[in-house]
Amino acid sequence: MSVKKIHKQQPETFKFNDKSMEAANKIVSNYPDGKQQSAVMALLYIAQRQNDNWIPLQAMKYIAKFLDMPYIKVYEVATFYSMYNLSPVGKYFFQVCTTTPCMLRGAYELVKVCKKKISEKENVLSDDGKISWMEVECLGACVNAPMMQVNDDYYEDLNDKKLEEIIETIYQNKIPKPGSYSGRMNTEPVNNRKTLLGNKNA
Amino acid sequence: MLKDEDRIFQNLYNDSGADIESAKLRNDWKGTKEILEKGREWIINEVKSSELRGRGGAGFPTGLKWSFAPKEVGSRPHYLVINADESEPGTCKDRDILRFEPHKLIEGCLIASYAVNAHKCYIYIRGEYFNEGQKLQTAIDEAYKNNLIGKNALNSGWDLDIYIHYGAGAYICGEETALLESLEGKKGQPRLKPPFPALIGLYGCPTIINNVETVAAVPTILRRGAKWFSSLGRPKNTGTKIYCISGNVNNPCNVEEEMGIPLKELIETHAGGVVGGWDNLKAVIPGGSSMPMLPKEICDNMKMDFDACVENKTGLGTAGIVVINNDQDIIKCMARIARFYKHESCGQCTPCREGSGWMWRMLERMAAGEATPDEVDMLFDVTKQIEGHTICAFGEGSSWPVQGLIRHFKDEILERNKFDPVVKKNKNIPYLVDQHLLEKENA
Repeated sequence: MSVKKIHKQQPETFKFNDKSMEAANKIVSNYPDGKQQSAVMALLYIAQRQNDNWIPLQAMKYIAKFLDMPYIKVYEVATFYSMYNLSPVGKYFFQVCTTTPCMLRGAYELVKVCKKKISEKENVLSDDGKISWMEVECLGACVNAPMMQVNDDYYEDLNDKKLEEIIETIYQNKIPKPGSYSGRMNTEPVNNRKTLLGNKNA
Repeated sequence: MLKDEDRIFQNLYNDSGADIESAKLRNDWKGTKEILEKGREWIINEVKSSELRGRGGAGFPTGLKWSFAPKEVGSRPHYLVINADESEPGTCKDRDILRFEPHKLIEGCLIASYAVNAHKCYIYIRGEYFNEGQKLQTAIDEAYKNNLIGKNALNSGWDLDIYIHYGAGAYICGEETALLESLEGKKGQPRLKPPFPALIGLYGCPTIINNVETVAAVPTILRRGAKWFSSLGRPKNTGTKIYCISGNVNNPCNVEEEMGIPLKELIETHAGGVVGGWDNLKAVIPGGSSMPMLPKEICDNMKMDFDACVENKTGLGTAGIVVINNDQDIIKCMARIARFYKHESCGQCTPCREGSGWMWRMLERMAAGEATPDEVDMLFDVTKQIEGHTICAFGEGSSWPVQGLIRHFKDEILERNKFDPVVKKNKNIPYLVDQHLLEKENA
């Protein structure tokens, strides 16, 4: 249960645009008749994508009407799960994993770089307003530690130098290449692969 | 070392691509129709005799679980739910299956849903795995297009629809009943068991929930025979398993190996050994963060399977091996795990909600050497108050690793924490105030 702050300045209205509406109707059809409440998590994602990566209260009210469920139930879901941003985040949203497997391999070095290069505090926008960062719990790429997520992409096998380069690239309006930064293929052991060599050489 | 041809997940590192043509070259979807034609009984019995145990952490026999589903479909439809909410620190095996072997998973879904009489299958993927989910969706679309799933899948007369449902960053949703709550569009707070989901699950209907790796292994087992699978490993602990080796090793990696491989061999052969050599090993967490850690003496001779782990008072869990060497502060490592559990507790049961934060604060103090010696016993007492007093196994998951630390490294904690509030020279240390930790940066 993470503590979440609702943003003080809320927009007056919220409505799905055509693209969101189409996606929402498709999601609702995935679930049996009368069980449309199941779609609430997906719809919150759609709202978040439409609204620059955060969810205003009006969107929750809109989704509650859309799915014919009480507003408070939508509010409960939006505040329970950690991936719904209830206040604005940077266009490039850095999530640095610092749970033990990443910590063992130097995740806090990455945190230091973020503090230096982005902002001193978590969830505060950088000077040019493009990037914000936060520490998160295990992102499930432990053998590629230390790693972080920027929006949808994973950046793996990092160290402080490589992270500085990534941040610099973003400041120059380019998107760095996601994936492993140690030159290895996904989760194979670097220079020590002993299995499935037949497939590798095929 | 296991022979390459005995490995189920041939594309674990994505050497050849995840699309359907490449998957068919790896024998996916070969003879699936014939397998379905042999009937439900045969499938369940074959899985039973292969002694496949669930790969999601608890190790429950899969065939037995499938046989719990009602034999006849009554007024309520059956559901198959695949648990891809992989969030256990140290574990990242399902991610590779989702992105590189999605057709094994989809084929497994077809066989499993046929065996448990389900026409609908939901795959619950953790929200962070958005890209992995997209890759799986591509594979599902391919399968629909080739009539491998959908109406009258493979002309077998069986209809199956597969849907992906994204989670949103809650560890607790990996617990099966919390996952069902989340799938129904509620907060992910676990339900009381019984009734078990096999009878009353999703929308109150019979539901079978399996881990990704379990289901993805089933097609290969049925193709090659239960005998082949059970010839690997030892009785009750058969087959192969994807081990994730992370932490202080030279080459962290995922690798599929035989059950019961010695831990030392696994680390030295595949992960390039411990940083600083085997003698520099401090402790190993063998099965993801909720399993108690083991000191070097036990690691020297331990085998990696369900029963061998239980004999050493730990568990295989998800086989996420976290290696910690002597350069690390073991108490700090445990404190960070405790912080994880404090963050992820769903808040439903008081012992877990309050206890997880309590353990974290005490461990942070112990790591800083600001605790009193008595507090070690108090910490152990707190873990005992959590364990067994909660609705779901999260209580055990958060308290067992702390118990493991105290069991094996109590001397080290005591050595560091000699603080006695009565002694005057130490009085500048704030004592018995937990709240100050919250004000420190990053705490």
